[in-house]
Amino acid sequence: MIELLTAVFLVAGAGFMLIAAMGLLRMPDLLTRMHATTKAGVLGAGLIMVGAAIYIGQLTVVVKAIAVVAFLILTAPVAAHAIGRAGYFVGVPLWSQTHTDELKGRYDQKTHTLASSGEKGSAQRDQGARGNRSES
Amino acid sequence: MFDYAIFLAYALLSLALVLSFIRLVLGPTLPDRVVALELLASLTVGFIGVAVVATGRSAYLDVALVLALTAFLAAIAFARYLEKGGHRVDD
Repeated sequence: MIELLTAVFLVAGAGFMLIAAMGLLRMPDLLTRMHATTKAGVLGAGLIMVGAAIYIGQLTVVVKAIAVVAFLILTAPVAAHAIGRAGYFVGVPLWSQTHTDELKGRYDQKTHTLASSGEKGSAQRDQGARGNRSES
Repeated sequence: MFDYAIFLAYALLSLALVLSFIRLVLGPTLPDRVVALELLASLTVGFIGVAVVATGRSAYLDVALVLALTAFLAAIAFARYLEKGGHRVDD
């Protein structure tokens, strides 16, 4: 019974990680690739850790597996946010069919600050000509 | 039956490793490669989890924990580098 449960968790986790890798390879731009790897990748690793915890069954192993899963769940969104933000600054092109870029013209490329839509910040004055802000 | 499940998990993870390595080579930009490297690290955590079940040695879980920590630090460091000194793609 425990072996069957472990096998289900291991194969499901490995399958989700394969889906994450397929998304990483097939998705069209950086943000959609990150969308695939962070969610499916963390879910796959978490399921595999749950399978290992069920199979070994000792308290220390269960606690360690929970620690790994909690750490993955805590850090994956932070790392994805940092990389996505850096990618936006570096100028990674968006997918050709992306039709809303809320950040366009609102980031100040020099100081890396975000001017919100209400403010008349320097970011808006400097780059307002490039962005399509008039529709809001 | 159980051995087949472990073999299948290893096979799926290996295929995922190959696919993400292809993305690591293809690029096309540095943030794409950083994302691929992060997935490689979490695939390795998955491999270690399967190895814990296959060998029964629970000490490998410590390796998984440390690997997850260093992968997170590497991703943050890469993002920091890109923001501070990276070259723009369209320059």
